[in-house]
Amino acid sequence: MTTAPAERFALRLHKVSKAFGGVQALNKIDFEVRAGEVHCLAGENGCGKSTLIKVVTGVHQPESADLIELFGARVDRITPVQARQRGVSVIWQDLALFPHMSVAENIAFDDLVGLRPRSVRYREMSARAGEVLERLGVSLPLTAPLNDLSIAQRQVVAIARALMNDAKLIFMDEPTASLTQSETDRLLDIVRKLSADGVAVVFVSHRLAEVLEIAERVTVVRDGNLVGVYPTEGMTQARLGELMTGHLIENKVDARDLPDAPVVFEARGLSRHGEFEDVSLTIRAGEVLGLTGLIGAGRTELAHVMMGMRRADAGSMTLEGSAFRPGSIREAIAKGMAYVSEDRLSLGLLQKQSIADNTVISVLRQLTTASGLISDRRKADLVRHWIRELGVKIGAPEDAISTLSGGNQQKVVLAKWLATEPRLLILDSPTVGVDVGARAGIFRIVRALAEQGLAILLISDEVTEVMHHSDRILHMADGRIVQAYDPRTVSVPQLEERIYA
Amino acid sequence: MSDTRRLPGLKGFKHLKTGGPAGENLSLLVMLVLLVVVFAIASPRFLTGANLGSMGFQMPLLGLLTLAMLAPILSGGLNLAIVYTANISGLTLAWTLMQFGGPEAGIPAFILGCALAVIVGALAGAVMGGVVAYVGAHPILVSLAMMIFLRGLGEFLTRGGDISGFPDHMHTLGHGSVMGIPVPLILFAVIALGWHVLLRRTPHGFSVYMTGSNLKAAEYAGLNAKRTLVLIYTLSGVLCAIAGILMAARFSSVRVGHGEAMLLITVLACFLGGIDPFGGHGRVAPVILALVILQVLSSGLNLVGANQHLSTAVWGLFLIAVMVLRSGQIQRYIGLLSRKDT
Repeated sequence: MTTAPAERFALRLHKVSKAFGGVQALNKIDFEVRAGEVHCLAGENGCGKSTLIKVVTGVHQPESADLIELFGARVDRITPVQARQRGVSVIWQDLALFPHMSVAENIAFDDLVGLRPRSVRYREMSARAGEVLERLGVSLPLTAPLNDLSIAQRQVVAIARALMNDAKLIFMDEPTASLTQSETDRLLDIVRKLSADGVAVVFVSHRLAEVLEIAERVTVVRDGNLVGVYPTEGMTQARLGELMTGHLIENKVDARDLPDAPVVFEARGLSRHGEFEDVSLTIRAGEVLGLTGLIGAGRTELAHVMMGMRRADAGSMTLEGSAFRPGSIREAIAKGMAYVSEDRLSLGLLQKQSIADNTVISVLRQLTTASGLISDRRKADLVRHWIRELGVKIGAPEDAISTLSGGNQQKVVLAKWLATEPRLLILDSPTVGVDVGARAGIFRIVRALAEQGLAILLISDEVTEVMHHSDRILHMADGRIVQAYDPRTVSVPQLEERIYA
Repeated sequence: MSDTRRLPGLKGFKHLKTGGPAGENLSLLVMLVLLVVVFAIASPRFLTGANLGSMGFQMPLLGLLTLAMLAPILSGGLNLAIVYTANISGLTLAWTLMQFGGPEAGIPAFILGCALAVIVGALAGAVMGGVVAYVGAHPILVSLAMMIFLRGLGEFLTRGGDISGFPDHMHTLGHGSVMGIPVPLILFAVIALGWHVLLRRTPHGFSVYMTGSNLKAAEYAGLNAKRTLVLIYTLSGVLCAIAGILMAARFSSVRVGHGEAMLLITVLACFLGGIDPFGGHGRVAPVILALVILQVLSSGLNLVGANQHLSTAVWGLFLIAVMVLRSGQIQRYIGLLSRKDT
């Protein structure tokens, strides 16, 4: 393949605008991606990132555009099929794969579908799929159904599928949102390999650390407007966050000493076979205890035992001084435990139900009158109270929860648990899929709750998050608490090194 | 408007939940009024007391079974055993009456029979609910198995025959009127109201909707989703038993297989009434409106001299038409048109 000078850019957009109804989703945006470059598209939820991707891939037609150029060729109007033929692929967050089909079938999917009926040559298909995976330096069982794969492996399948279509420009929408740190590292390696192969990758991510690690340049978009294009060389997370949100986000260690506060929760020698061993910890009233470590270290399993979803094999727990051995989630909640699940989409909220119903689901007893019926007035009052208290931005309480942004959804989760008046709040990866600005809002609430005396266990694999928002940090590895840290006497790089070493 | 290439598939169903309850009731009401006007013009006998009365006697049976179907669907499942649960419960009543002399059996015997029938219905439901909740088997399979079991059992016990010869007072339940209102209709109205209150106003009903929407998430929020499932299938079984008692009173006989054709009609009525086939959304009131519409269609067509089988065919066509009208694309066009008007 010869590279003509005009082909130095994989994509060039000049002054592209798109409006939906009265909302200007894109306002004269310029966007350029060099061939073979890893480029990051950064911005908060709703800033226009997705719209931009959809314009490039032909899903949306722009209202106006001075120039749309793909691989050096000017295009007037792109359809999704043309975009794919020209080598543009998008890997959406939900991956759009087929869970019951095999890995090979998923990779070769676009070869399988066609207008003319013909027989499928499975051997040839498997061979081609295998080649593509080899190119990525990954080995996956080709005949296994996609269902059996981890999210990270599915991501690789999606990338392989794009390569199968000779993609030269791949958009990745939040590819690392549900990956562990080591999986993320592996994905970033693959992205580097793609880039070395001459495939341009546009990376959309909330996680600023990895944006700075992987991308050469970053384009920042805010409210449909271009903020600017910056080299990542010399850029800091704080500066990037500021560019994205328009205001400075303070992230500093803010740990406090609470030696006199009463102990709310204590675990001694807690073990569960194959998950965690000999875990002892105390959490005091008003304290935020950070629990970090790799995914699979047993953090979530520990939280599940604390919530009565599983039983410990050995060890004991006390809650507010009395023995605590919950047999069910209901019992744990009744005794003052609350658990913000890491999986907001399928466990933390009922996506199809209303904001109001999601808010009151755990406190139905508070809402029932003597007749045993739910009082609509009490329900409305409770919902209104928490929406205001936590500053949740909603349309109407009857709207489905899925209409809210990640940050606002997470606030509803918090509202739901705060309504139960908990003694201990467990936050399991509370900012997955929540953007920078909204994260700050959530941690402001968390801090305020701690100030009011709530004991909080913050589980997160993002080291910066536990560093900036906890009073003490426990590091968990292979099911054991290996070390305690004071955020004031350890730095983020030091802690990261211990964890990922 | 030539751009309607994409036909609404399941998307049409999914859209049901976005049309608010008020809109749902309104569109069904408009349909109902239209049908009534058309039939009133087509047949002078349509709006007479005799016809309305006969509709009032016919609808409650289908109505009770539809309510029995509705709640499991809301909980994310289905109860295919409703008709045979009703049959077996009816048999229980019939046998009890036989023990007390058949036509000579007194009111206490009838009450005892009804109580036993309700227990049998509740038991059938509880078993299904228990298996669905604690074994995690799919409700379609579980209720299908229960349906086949009950049918086989019933046919074995009755050897496929009828049981008849009931006391006269049972006739009042099936054919009597109070102040001109058919007794079955009163029974249905009371139960429907109770069902509405249970589902919309009690914590248990709330739990049914949440469980139907996402069982795991409901459990994470502290709801007892498994108990909810057992309870809702049990209550569904109780409603089936009441339907079985009414069936015995209406037909003056009990036979396994009576009312078999109603099974799928109840599903149809639920979807026509805007129940989300995937669970978690839907209300009692629009389903009752849907039942009335189906009854009007069938009685009206009967009056204008159409074949009974034709009215079944019309029901099917009607449901397809409703799905098309509810599809996102059509609604968007309607939205566009109405925007131009204002």
